[in-house]
Amino acid sequence: MSSYRIQGTTGEWEVVIGLEVHAQVTSKSKLFSGAAASFGAEPNTQVSLIDAAMPGMLPVPNAECIRQAVRTGLAIDAQINRWSRFDRKNYFYADLPQGYQISQLYHPLVGEGHLEIDADEKAGILEAKRIGVERIHVEQDAGKLMHDQHPTRSYVDLNRSGVALMEIVSRPDMTSPAEAGAYLRKLRAILRYVGSCDGNMEEGSMRADVNVSVRRAGEELGTRTETKNVNSVRFVMQAIEHEANRQVDVLEAGGKIVQETRLFNPDTGTTRSMRSKEDAHDYRYFPDPDLLPLELTEAFVEECRASLPELPDAKRARYVETLGISAYNAAVLTAEVETARWFEALLNEGAEAKQASNWVMSELFGALNRLGKSIEDSPVSPSNAAELLKLVTDGTLSGSLAKQVFEKMLETGDSAGTIVERDGLKQTSDTGAIEAVIADVLAKNPGQLEQYRSGKEALFGFFVGQTMKAMAGKANPAVVNELLKKALG
Amino acid sequence: MSVDHATVRKIASLARIAVTDDQVEAMVPELNNILGWIEQLGEVDTSAVQPMTAVIPNVLRLRDDVVTDGDVRDAVLKNAPQAEQGFFTVPKVIE
Repeated sequence: MSSYRIQGTTGEWEVVIGLEVHAQVTSKSKLFSGAAASFGAEPNTQVSLIDAAMPGMLPVPNAECIRQAVRTGLAIDAQINRWSRFDRKNYFYADLPQGYQISQLYHPLVGEGHLEIDADEKAGILEAKRIGVERIHVEQDAGKLMHDQHPTRSYVDLNRSGVALMEIVSRPDMTSPAEAGAYLRKLRAILRYVGSCDGNMEEGSMRADVNVSVRRAGEELGTRTETKNVNSVRFVMQAIEHEANRQVDVLEAGGKIVQETRLFNPDTGTTRSMRSKEDAHDYRYFPDPDLLPLELTEAFVEECRASLPELPDAKRARYVETLGISAYNAAVLTAEVETARWFEALLNEGAEAKQASNWVMSELFGALNRLGKSIEDSPVSPSNAAELLKLVTDGTLSGSLAKQVFEKMLETGDSAGTIVERDGLKQTSDTGAIEAVIADVLAKNPGQLEQYRSGKEALFGFFVGQTMKAMAGKANPAVVNELLKKALG
Repeated sequence: MSVDHATVRKIASLARIAVTDDQVEAMVPELNNILGWIEQLGEVDTSAVQPMTAVIPNVLRLRDDVVTDGDVRDAVLKNAPQAEQGFFTVPKVIE
């Protein structure tokens, strides 16, 4: 249970949150037609006569969309319904040429499942928590309306019309904006691991309808509102925060919450009521007579199961238990599928897990941050990075030399070995050379030497620093330590 | 089950069909007649019968995920009452 509460003037209120996430299924063509489903094409160029709802056109489902929805269901440990059916949801709007959306109300493809959100004390999530998923059904997306192209007309682009969506409906199991944010991030990670949705919220591949209600501790659920089409994790959290506070204000002023659809304004972080039409929810669902029930064979479901990759929670546990990586590092390295892929490529190139995880977390992430690049565009490849780490392990490079070499790798794209040879950055363990430098350092700093010998042992670090500096960082630190101890005797 | 005047008007409005008062007057008994006929089916005990979803024993055919269609903008827009710059245009609808 989250400790999140709204402080009203009359006491504390709990918040109850459920999310309906619309995730665009990754596929080449649409759910019921052979038109392309990709993003960003010229208006109405990816529209078939089926998507434009011309008379006499018959929908034929895309096997890949069904497969991806089943794989997603299996990834959240959900029931897969071997028998499901498509229904028509009837309403009129300019972005919906059919006059109905083909969806699944009565018999969804995927039933009850769940996922786990992780503890995050800073965000007030005190322990890991299981969030229920009530169902996932498959449905068509609508077209897109543009209102700013003409003073009196709206423009309609049907490229999205008929693209496959999964609607993933959670249980009202979340009790704070942070939990809702964690749920969305975990769901997005799973979708991306599975490869059933690219999770790109900016392009609208994933958007959430946010159901919020408030209640006094221990009381029955309050009346909820639904804020539509919120398209980032941050906005979802803002919408909940605002909506919960608004509802508390209304209730404490003696008012009532109306069950209604609301819109989120990202510029102000507030929600407002959509013009509420009494009939709006009278969708008169009925089974689509153009489509037979969808029946899945065991072989199909088993093929879906066998094709699932290792999922984020399992991967994280393996990193900690088998590879010995710290819990924090493991969580960060597995949060995004691209990071995990890169890291595992590094291990496949022979890097040692713990050393590699620390290096990725500090050096690589630091560099990528500075360059504003994502890990897929890293200028240093996993195999070049593995070579660099190997040069540290075998003593050719010290930690500080490795940093210098890495900088040059970022600039030039050359391999570590090439840079070490070309720039002479090899670490030296040549005791004669190091001893000569130490003698010189001691001679140049008689004051410090005097103080050290009279008991100020903290000055040891000063001599190490001077020696390393005189050798341009190339001396093997272990050898320097040993020889200095001897010289200072 | 039966419908009254208000229900007929509501159904017509949801289906975007304009009906006059005279038509509503005529349609109420007509629809109730049909509903009455259908309701007789309820007299048959079907508790042990699986719902029939299709009249022929057939399974839903799925297609492969291949782009085989689209790129026919002119055909798609051909019947549009108004189109501009490759878009359908409609009277401004803004919530």
